[in-house]
Amino acid sequence: MQYNGGSIVAMVGKNCVAIASDLRLGNQALTIATDFEKVFPITDRIYLGMAGLATDVLTLRERFRFRVNMYSIKEEREIEPKTLAQLVSSTLYERRFGPYFIEPIIAGLTDSSKGSQPFIASADLIGCLNFAKDFVVVGTAEDKLLGVAEGLWEPDLEPEDLFETISQTLLNAVDRDAFSGWGAVVHVITPDKVITRTLKGRMD
Amino acid sequence: MANADGGAYSYSLTVFSPSGKLVQIEHALAAVAQGTTSLGIKATNGIVIATEKKSSSILIDSSMLDKVSIICPNIGFVYSGMGPDFRILVNSARKSAQAYWKMYGEYPPTRVLTQEIASVMQKATQSGGVRPYGVSLLVAGWDANRGPSLYQVDPSGSFWAWKASAIGKNMVNAKTFLEKRYNDDISLEDAIHTALLTLKEGFEGQMTEKTIEIGIITVPELNSFGEQEKEGGETGRPKPAFRKLTEEEVRDYLAL
Repeated sequence: MQYNGGSIVAMVGKNCVAIASDLRLGNQALTIATDFEKVFPITDRIYLGMAGLATDVLTLRERFRFRVNMYSIKEEREIEPKTLAQLVSSTLYERRFGPYFIEPIIAGLTDSSKGSQPFIASADLIGCLNFAKDFVVVGTAEDKLLGVAEGLWEPDLEPEDLFETISQTLLNAVDRDAFSGWGAVVHVITPDKVITRTLKGRMD
Repeated sequence: MANADGGAYSYSLTVFSPSGKLVQIEHALAAVAQGTTSLGIKATNGIVIATEKKSSSILIDSSMLDKVSIICPNIGFVYSGMGPDFRILVNSARKSAQAYWKMYGEYPPTRVLTQEIASVMQKATQSGGVRPYGVSLLVAGWDANRGPSLYQVDPSGSFWAWKASAIGKNMVNAKTFLEKRYNDDISLEDAIHTALLTLKEGFEGQMTEKTIEIGIITVPELNSFGEQEKEGGETGRPKPAFRKLTEEEVRDYLAL
């Protein structure tokens, strides 16, 4: 988990969710790249983030792309966030005794016919799901993220306030972690659009 | 030349006759047409599937016979044709429903399960050393996406969605009867009575709760999140949308 570094956080707001990750890719303590994204769109209202071993992040991104595509063709509908969480969990548990070294976060809104409810979840590397009502954190700075999020998050934040909260949470947490940082990407998912912003961070 | 009615083409499963038919599949259809009548009717608020349960001897304990089968809480099957073949299909459908549940944490939509069981049946028309399944199925199911839906699957592996259909011995008459009786805003209660009336046409012997089997889909109530209520709190299992009517319930419907 510490080989390449990286951290992700997701938060629930009022009719919206946000997911943010840092941009560092390291080889142990040596920084290799500062533009390594760990959060990927699954549908236009669901994002999946993966922290951990970078090669597994890329492999799983393709595996999930395949599985979600097959799902939407077979079922003639878009996958729901909850169903994706189960899919992620079972995909990881398939490798129970030789796991992919990643921890995923799912953030999204349910179908508008179900009222666009915000949804977030995280899992460990073998797929043990954690459904949270407030926020979820994974990655090398997860302990710091958890602390800052506990302090900054409050219920029913509007998209812009949620953006500010998640950005400050991530930026300040990764400053206390040698394996995460070098800027961040934040996605705020609302029923009618996704706001994506790239942030600069400390470079030391 | 082998001489069944299909000539030399009647034995190989995978060789087309010059007229473009696969004769073995037609024979399988003939096996279905010998089976007891089953039918399904889709109503506005549910589905009914029903069948005639005929035993060859009065000595058989008919309470052991099951022709309507639950696949998963939201899907049920009924068949016409060969009973042993049906059990194999029920087993594989149940397995596939559980596999879907393990992967996605919910039970499969009717169409997906139907497709899966149809491809099991198709495989038996193209593989070596096997014969086609001697059954037609009626699949009744409910899912959040499409609501209640009724499918028919044939030995060839082809399947269609129906508003109402019948298979087995009296299918032609039953279908004509259903065409006359069906309308788009029929309720589940009316559909159950129509189902019994349809079975009564061409029923041999006495129609009782012992000689009739009925399964129904009722549209489940959803909570404010558009999700099904869970059974007994947090078992994680949704309240079933499909259930078989008990003998008492069947008797009450017959009395009316």
